[in-house]
Amino acid sequence: MTTPSVSEPSHLDGNALAGPLSEVFRVDLTGATRRCAVCGITGAFAELRVYAECPGLVVRCPGCDTVVLRLVHEGGVLWLDLGGTGCLRLRVK
Amino acid sequence: MAGRWRAATVAAHRPETPTARTLVLRVPDWPGHLAGQHVDVRLTAEDGYTAQRSYSLAAPAVGDLIEVTVQRVPDGEVSPYLVEVADVGDQIEIRGPLGGWFVWRPDDPAPVVLVAGGAGIVPLMSMVRTRRMARAKALFRLLYSLRSPAERYYSTELGSHQAGDGGLDVFLAYTREAPEGVTRPPQRLALSEINTHGLPPDSAPTCFVCGPTGFVESAANALVALGHDPRRIKTERFGPSGGRP
Ligand SMILES: Cc1cc2nc3c(=O)[nH]c(=O)nc-3n(C[C@H](O)[C@H](O)[C@H](O)COP(=O)(O)OP(=O)(O)OC[C@H]3O[C@@H](n4cnc5c(N)ncnc54)[C@H](O)[C@@H]3O)c2cc1C
Ligand SMILES: [Zn+2]
Repeated sequence: MTTPSVSEPSHLDGNALAGPLSEVFRVDLTGATRRCAVCGITGAFAELRVYAECPGLVVRCPGCDTVVLRLVHEGGVLWLDLGGTGCLRLRVK
Repeated sequence: MAGRWRAATVAAHRPETPTARTLVLRVPDWPGHLAGQHVDVRLTAEDGYTAQRSYSLAAPAVGDLIEVTVQRVPDGEVSPYLVEVADVGDQIEIRGPLGGWFVWRPDDPAPVVLVAGGAGIVPLMSMVRTRRMARAKALFRLLYSLRSPAERYYSTELGSHQAGDGGLDVFLAYTREAPEGVTRPPQRLALSEINTHGLPPDSAPTCFVCGPTGFVESAANALVALGHDPRRIKTERFGPSGGRP
């Protein structure tokens, strides 16, 4: 039908990154805990806000809106900008 | 590895509503999955154009068989194919199981509040089915917001007291049209209803909220307003689509 109106938020949760990030990382990052380098908020990676903006994904911190990462996959080339990731804590087997 | 695309064959399908259906997919060497996880589905057109979307797993795996339930989004790229075209024997590609956060494990004794809007019922149904299969004892309260009786997924199974469903309560919140005999007028799921049919914050339940983004936003806010610890509220936004609640 039509594009959602402004009042309708359209972002997804960090969970939706599980597939795209699995192309790069062997461990599932969505279960990781992240501390934001900008605002200091601590939370699950899965709580990040994912905006599907053509041609890729833009991921923002729920605390301060900083761009945490950007991912573009185009014609066999993958761009991953981890500029705002902050500190991650992962459980590994 | 989860990142690998693998072939999946449509083994069966059944309608859930006039606009949604469950697909049973056969995926050789499926490693099993947790309730709440999803897969990415990739379709490739004859000219090589690909489109991929995420779909929650609707049930525990049975050997190599997994299930997804898809709501048709008018003019969508992927969902109309899965709901109306894909047939037994057809092949698609999937990767998964995906996601390690929006998951429920049957050995977790904490009580659980599930809040679903529209197609958001899918991963929560996986939790209900996993609980039943494991005969798990965790208290479950499910609040399911849906437009009308015709839009009700899993209607013969959900809320009909299956063996193993003791300790599961289901509250249906019809938003547009209620079935006969239901006294609640059709309206949006209210804060007071989440309070009454959920669980008190003192019991420290884990809350899973799933559905279209706008629905998830308001339901999660309501849980916070009722005093639930935001760290125990897990959300899965389906985007603008996923079926209106
Ligand atoms: C982690 C995750 C799990 C998901 N699980 C499920 C699931 O179990 N079942 C399920 O059905 N979906 C699920 N979804 C949603 C699914 O991934 C797709 O977004 C959905 O099927 C629509 O894809 P499409 O290609 O058909 O539509 P698109 O081509 O992506 O969208 C077509 C157009 O329709 C608009 N639109 C979308 N929905 C509506 C609507 N309801 N009303 C009006 N306009 C709309 C879009 O903005 C777009 O402009 C999940 C999403 C995520 C992120
Ligand atoms: Zn931040």
